[in-house]
Formats: sequence, C-alpha cells, structure tokens
Amino acid sequence: MSVRVALQSPTGSRSFLERGLLLLVILIFLEGTVLTLGAASSPDISARDNAGGLHDHQGIEGSYDRTNYTYTKKAFPVLSLDYHHIQVPFEISLWVLLASLMKLGFHLIPRLSSIVPESCLLIVVGLLVGGLIKLAGEEVPPVLDSKLFFLCLLPPIILDAGYFLPIRPFMENIGTILMFAVVGTLWNAFFVGGLLYAVCQIEGTNLSHVELLPCLLFGSIISAVDPVAVLAVFEEIHINELLHILVFGESLLNDAVTVVLYHLFEEYSGAGEVTPMDVVLGVICFLIVSLGGIAVGAIYGILAAFTSRFTSHTRVIEPLFVFVYSYMAYLSAEMFHLSGIMALIACGAVMRPYVEANVSHKSHTTIKYFLKMWSSVSETLIFIFLGVATVAGPHAWNWTFVSVTVILCLVSRVIGVVGLTFIINKFRIVKLTTKDQFIVAYGGLRGAIAFSLGYLLDKDHFPMRTMFLTAIITEIFFTVFVQGMTIKPLVDLLAVKKKQEAKRSINEEIHTQFLDHLLTGIEDICGHYGHHHWKDKLNRFNKKYIKKCLIAGERYKEPQLIAFYHKMEFKQAIELVESGGGVKLPSAMPSQVSMQNIQPKKLPPPVAERALPQFTKGREEEIRKILRSNLQKTRQRLRSYNRHTLVADPFEDGWNDFILKKQRMIELEKKMTEMSNYLTVPAAPPDSPTMCRARLASGSDFKAEKGGAKVIPDPNAFYNIKASSDGIPTIQVDLASPKSPDSVNMLDEFSKWGATGQGLGQREGADRDEDQGLMMKPSSAGKGEKGEEEGGNKNPGLMRCLSDPGPSNEDEEDEPFLP
Amino acid sequence: MIIATPRVSLEQIGNLNKRFRQLNKNQETLSRQDLASIPALDNNPLRAQIINAFFDKRNLHQNETGTVKVIGFEEFLMVMSHFRPAAMHITEEEREKLRREKLRFLFNMHDTDSDGTITLEEYRRAVDELLSKAGTIGQETAKAIADAAMLEVASTTRGKMEPDEFYEGITFENFLQILKTFDIETRMHVRFLNMDTATMRCGK
Repeated sequence: MSVRVALQSPTGSRSFLERGLLLLVILIFLEGTVLTLGAASSPDISARDNAGGLHDHQGIEGSYDRTNYTYTKKAFPVLSLDYHHIQVPFEISLWVLLASLMKLGFHLIPRLSSIVPESCLLIVVGLLVGGLIKLAGEEVPPVLDSKLFFLCLLPPIILDAGYFLPIRPFMENIGTILMFAVVGTLWNAFFVGGLLYAVCQIEGTNLSHVELLPCLLFGSIISAVDPVAVLAVFEEIHINELLHILVFGESLLNDAVTVVLYHLFEEYSGAGEVTPMDVVLGVICFLIVSLGGIAVGAIYGILAAFTSRFTSHTRVIEPLFVFVYSYMAYLSAEMFHLSGIMALIACGAVMRPYVEANVSHKSHTTIKYFLKMWSSVSETLIFIFLGVATVAGPHAWNWTFVSVTVILCLVSRVIGVVGLTFIINKFRIVKLTTKDQFIVAYGGLRGAIAFSLGYLLDKDHFPMRTMFLTAIITEIFFTVFVQGMTIKPLVDLLAVKKKQEAKRSINEEIHTQFLDHLLTGIEDICGHYGHHHWKDKLNRFNKKYIKKCLIAGERYKEPQLIAFYHKMEFKQAIELVESGGGVKLPSAMPSQVSMQNIQPKKLPPPVAERALPQFTKGREEEIRKILRSNLQKTRQRLRSYNRHTLVADPFEDGWNDFILKKQRMIELEKKMTEMSNYLTVPAAPPDSPTMCRARLASGSDFKAEKGGAKVIPDPNAFYNIKASSDGIPTIQVDLASPKSPDSVNMLDEFSKWGATGQGLGQREGADRDEDQGLMMKPSSAGKGEKGEEEGGNKNPGLMRCLSDPGPSNEDEEDEPFLP
Repeated sequence: MIIATPRVSLEQIGNLNKRFRQLNKNQETLSRQDLASIPALDNNPLRAQIINAFFDKRNLHQNETGTVKVIGFEEFLMVMSHFRPAAMHITEEEREKLRREKLRFLFNMHDTDSDGTITLEEYRRAVDELLSKAGTIGQETAKAIADAAMLEVASTTRGKMEPDEFYEGITFENFLQILKTFDIETRMHVRFLNMDTATMRCGK
C-alpha cells in the first residue's frame, strides 16, 4: 500500500524520501527475519542440503514407523505448519522478491540512483541481509553456489546481451575486441600471477607456501573482465557506442580464455609443473573451446530459426522456443567444457534476424520483455548474493596479498590496454584516442564470475583458497565501488563522447544502404577484396539460400530499407495515436510541409476529385498536419542493451483512449488515400513481414467492419459489440462508446467509404494491431472463421496473413466480458 | 589548380596503377566499357551510377559540369581520393573539409543533371536504383520512401511552408544539414587507401 502511495507522489519531497527510506528498512528487516526463519529450519538451498533435508525427513519417517506400533490417538490437526514441504521454492521466491523490491526501492529514491550505481547499492543490501542473518545467529547460506550461479543466474544475462547485441558495430570492431579479449586477458593473467608469485617469495610475507601455478591460476581468475559488472555500470553512463561495444565485447569473449587457463592451471597445479607440450595443448584447447562454443551456439540458433518458421499456428509458445534452445545451447556447451557464454551469444545473434521475421509482434514483445525481466532479476540477485557471500566468509585476510592484487590488477590493465591500443591503432581506421583508452582501461570491472570460479576451487588441492577468495572479493569490491562510482563523473569530466540519441531518419537509412553498395562497388573496381566485398557476399548468400530456409512465407524477399521504412511508419502510426491523433498536435516539430510543397506543380486535379463535401478547409488542414507529423516523427531506435529503458510499449497504456483516437485517425486517413494529391503509401504486399505482424490476429474484426456493419449501440455502454454478419457478438474494447459524439458520424462515413475503400493503405492494417490486444472472441472459433471468409473477398491478398489468427483465437478470458 | 589531396604512398600508387592497367588492358586511358566489364559489379544495384561517377567532371575538376569519355590515371586517382580515411589527428577545419568533399561526391551521384539540386524525381530515381534488385516490392515502395525522405528534408531545412510554396530540391547545404549526424568521414573509406594527409600540388 505504501509503495503505491509513494508512486503517486513522485515529487521527491522530504516526506516522500523518508517514506522511501523507511520502506527500505522495513523491507530489509522483514526479509531478514523471514530468511532467518528459513535459515533456522534448514541451512541452505543448495542441492547438497536438499539431500540432507531428505535425510532428515527419512529419519522422521523412521521414528514415526517405530511409534506406529504404540499408536496413541491425537487430536486431528486442524491447522499445521509444515515449512519443510515448501522450503526450497519458498526461499528462492523470497530472494527473488527481495531483489525485485530492492530494485523498486532504488528507483523511488531519485538522488541516490544518480550518484551511486545500482550494483553498489545491491551489494550493500546483500551485506546487510547477510549481516542480519549472522546476527540472528544462523549460518549464512552459501548462496553464491557455483552451480546455481553458472546454471541459473548467469545464462539469462548473457542471453539478453547476445540476443540484443548490436551486430554491426560488433563486427566492425571484432578485431579490436578479440585482441583485447584474448591477448589482453592472457597478459593480465600472467602479469598478475607472475608478479604475485614473486611477491609471495619475498621473505617477510610468510606467503612462501603459495606456489607458482596456484598464483597463475589466481591470476587467470582475477584477470577476466566481467560482463555482468560491465553491463551494470556501463548502462548508466550512456557512453558512446564504440567504447561500449569494445568493453562489453571484450568481457563476453574473454570467457574462452578464462575457461582454458582455469582448467589448465587447475589440472596441473597438482602435478606442479607445466610442460611446453601442455602449453601447445592449451592453445589447441583454446581454439576448440571458442570455436566449438560458437559452433554449438550457431547450430542451436539455426534450429531455433527453423522451428520458428512453422509456428504460425501456435503463436503462444513461440517465445519458449527462443529461450529453451538458447538454454540448451548453453548447457550443451558446458557439457563439453566449451565456452558456454560464447555459445549463448552465438545462438542469440544467429537466431535473431530469422526469428524476428517469423514470429508475431506479440511474441516479439514477449521475448523482449522476458529477457529483460530475467536478466534484470538475475543481475540484481547476483549482486545481492555477492554481498551475502562476503559476510558468509570464510575469510583469510592477508594485507600483502590483497593489496598487491588490487594494485597489480589496475597496473596490468592499464599497461595492457595502452600497449594493445598502440598495436591496434596501426590497423584501425578510427583510431582510439587516449581518452578512449582510459575509459577502456578503467571500465575493466571484475565481478561475480571471478568469485564463482574461485569458489569452485577444491579445498584440498588449494589450501590457500580462502585467501584467494578474500582477495577476489576485495578486488571485486574495489572495482565495483571505486571504479563504478567514479566512472560517471570521470566520463563527464573528460567530456567523452556520449551515446547519441539516434533518431534514425529515413535519409540516414537510405544513405547507409547507399554507401554500403557504393563502397562495395569501389572495392570491386580496385580489385581489392576488402571488408565490404565479403560483407556483400555474405548478405547475398544469406538472402539467396539461408533466408529461404529459415523464414516462413514470402517474407524473406523484403530488403532492409523497405523493412526499415515499414517499421518506421508503423511506429509513427502508433506514436501518432498515442499522442492524440487529430485532436491535439504532437508538440515536436509542427512543420508545415506537405507533399504539395514537394511535388512539382501540376494541373489542379479534376473538380470531381476535389469535391469532397465533408471537408471544410479547417478539416483539410488538420488532416494535412496529421499526415505530416505522421511521416516526420521518427521514434528513437531501441537501444536494447540498456536494461532499464525499454521504449514504452504502446500496447499497454490507456487502451481505451487511444483506440478511440486511432479510429478517428483511421477514418481521416482513409479519406486521405482517396485524394491523389496527398502521400499515399501503396498497400504493401500482404506478406511483408512487418505488416503481417501488424495484421496479427486481424481476424473477423477487420472484415466485420468492412462489411459496413451497423453499429448496435451496446447496453453496456463501454463495450461496443459489432454485429458480425453471423450474429456472433465479437466484443471489442474499442471505439465508439456512444458518449463520443463524433464517432457515430465517423462510422457512417466509414460505411460509405467501406465499399470503395480498396486503396486502404497498410497504415490501417498497422493500426489494426492495437485492437487485437483487446479483442475477446467467444470460443466458437468455427463461426469466427466463417466471418473472416465472408469479409475476405474484399481484399483477397490479406487472407494469407489472416491464417495467423494469433492468441485471440485461443480461449482467453472471454466469459467475464460477455454481456 | 592546387587541390589539397593526400600524399599517396608509392606502394599504393603502384597498386592502383597496376589495377588501372589491368582494367584498361594496358592502354593509356580508361573508358566506361572497361569499368562496365568488371564481373563483380553486376550484382551491384548502383553499378551505373558508380561508373558514371568516375567520368563525372564535377568529381575531377570541381569547376565544370558534364562528363568525359575517357579518363587517365590521374583522374582515376582523383576519384579514388574521395575514399581516403580521415587521419587520426586532424583539426576540426580539416575534418569539415573532408566531410564536405565526401558528401559532395555523394551529392553529385544523386544530382544527375548537374543543376546543383536534387529534385524529387532524381531522388526517386536514386532510391529506385537502390531497391532495383528487390523485385516488384522495391518498385512500389521506392516511390513512397523517396517521397517520405524528401518530406523529411523539406521539413528539416525549411520548417514552415505555405501550401503554395514549392520546395525545388535538396541543395548541397541542405544535404549537409540532414546528414549532419552521419559520420561520413569515418564510414566512407576503402580500407587500403590509408593515406596521410598533406597538401600536394595536383591537377591542371
């Protein structure tokens, strides 16, 4: 309740701030006590102790059996508490709830989230929770169990990153990224490991029991830049795309190196030495691990794409394929000790273009939201667990070791970046400046992966494990807190180029394509098989063979420019509707240019065309304005790798309002298409993928309207029941509640135009999409189909799309809405 | 005429010269036919325009309009120099000049009748060419896309216009304006033409 109140008064007044803080504290205590309760009953939630719990249970069973012989009758238990029964899922849910509430809380306190990055706050919360548990006298559960981490917490984050990876900048900088990831990590590992060993050998430190190989192992664990931490921090600083992709790409691709080094040193620290043969094997192993991981991912990606080709009749489970295939790719790679992260990235990146062309719009949204949700929760949980694990210990603090580690990591990172950039800049066109280098070096954060890898170490083989863990945690804290908090002011101070608000205009898109072809042509003329030549070849191969297999229907033919254009139109249509259509003008750029201004003067159109009696001059102006703003406003392209700012999905907000306005706009636009002076968009061929997605579950809706339906005023004033020709009430939460005076007129005019409205542009189809979210059809699907067919002959081309009825055909909640 | 063209390394001149001779079969000059016979260009939708660009006087001498029938190696180099990348440490002024030069090349490619503006017709034709490999889908939407793009340019550059006013076409300044955020100096380059900038006396 208090949360809602707080949400309603977002004005950051003092009382609100206090309320927020109070809420936080209460929550922490609440969670703490319940967790204590949970912890009191059974130590932790890892699989090991599940077995232990079971054991207990059996013990109880046994004793019960014994007492069975001397059965004494007790009162029938009316109400009993059985915590063991639900313990594990309960605790898991509690943790997830805690994480989500924390996230909520942070964003309610405006000032805090701008100073301190979220990751820091979450670690602090974890520390608090851990502290509370310890205070309560219970053993802190080892929550950051490696198995849990690697199998449950990490994959969603990586999948999210991989699926929304911006391919173009990634591929353009792939050389640089690989250099940093492979060579940089190797350098870091050996530098830190080697120097640490040297330091350990110094007399005064009583660390001489630490051998070389464990040191190198430690070096390799600590040297890898962590994708989770990088994501968490970089998201908030909005740095330019190049730097973001460099650091982030590095953090993803260094997994292969880390895996190989880790296994190599772990294996051989028992033996005590590494022969050159082992090194060679290690290199081969690295190639296998990385390429194998990518191959596994690509295979699963193609499978997923192929599967999605056939899902047009079962739209509801489409997102599931994406998730399950990706997870299986990860698990398969882990099974062979290949790089699971690279597999996941490859899978997501490979399947995305094809899946997006195949799935319905809703599934697309679902995938997007689910990925963001899981990765968000995962990330939050990871940081909280880091805090808890810190409290849990066990710790072995050694001043020398820890401080040397921290210093060495920093030093090696800086040297590594500077040295590598020097080499890389010889090959790059867009050189990396000193500022860029600084950000790349400073952005090398360590995170939970390092901790989990350390945790995995065997106690017997590595007696100094606790010391390692302490050092790792200290390093993580240092990077996340110190570097994480200061990177934002430093970015501002150094005036590093920020992410530009990419308003992708149609002109830019045209010229991007234009340049691509131009440069390919120039390369061909020079006879130089460069970058563009191969890219062009790949695209053509893709188009010719692969798309045919993996994309359903005829959609694969659509070139990118057209897809972009359709998408832009669609978004503008939605945006226009959101902003109120003809009723109130969108505030940005009310420019007054229309097609008349562009097209060369021609003879005034014949009188018959102009004589549209319904239009006054004012209305004409209005219509013109709508069209203009419709074409000119471009929506900010979704930078999907920012976790917190998904562009607001128009489908969720204020359905009633904008459906109303949208309907109005549709009417106006329909009239526009009749006037040849104005910009008409030719009806897209029905199989254009974006438009098809838009038509989604068009269903009999569309048809019923086209048939010039008489509107039966609905006694339930809110809902309008359109009488379809077969009399089945198709309920739409839609326009024309009798309250609005205009709407009835519109519909009249509409029915007049309905018969002649052959030139209906795709825009209408695009807007249709909004309806579908609200349409509840009674489950008599059979009759519904008939209704489709009847109306279908008007525009036969659309029928192919309508075979995709979408989720509305399933039995959704129709009962409550039937009158 | 002094043109501030980059100093091309000897090796690169050598390579380009070799290629030049390969294309024109060891004669003195290069004709359209020579370029048109490159098989790899067949798949390129912009084939005709690219070839035209080499023979367009505006790219060669910067003062005249029209086309030439054949070009020599020097002209070949001149056209190629439009695709040099930006050096690492150049001043803002130089960067701006580079941008203008490259955008001018693009502009000339669109402005086929050399009148200094890109009219709606020309733009439509350009988008049409771009989508020419796309089949019938391309033809229908090409017009719409070009119109929408033109509308955008008009509104960005002219703002408010009366219904009677006519927007003649995209001038070079407008072109610069709408592609302001388009980092052409880094994008429009062919990788091996990695040259250092210096002023060089070049041309007639």
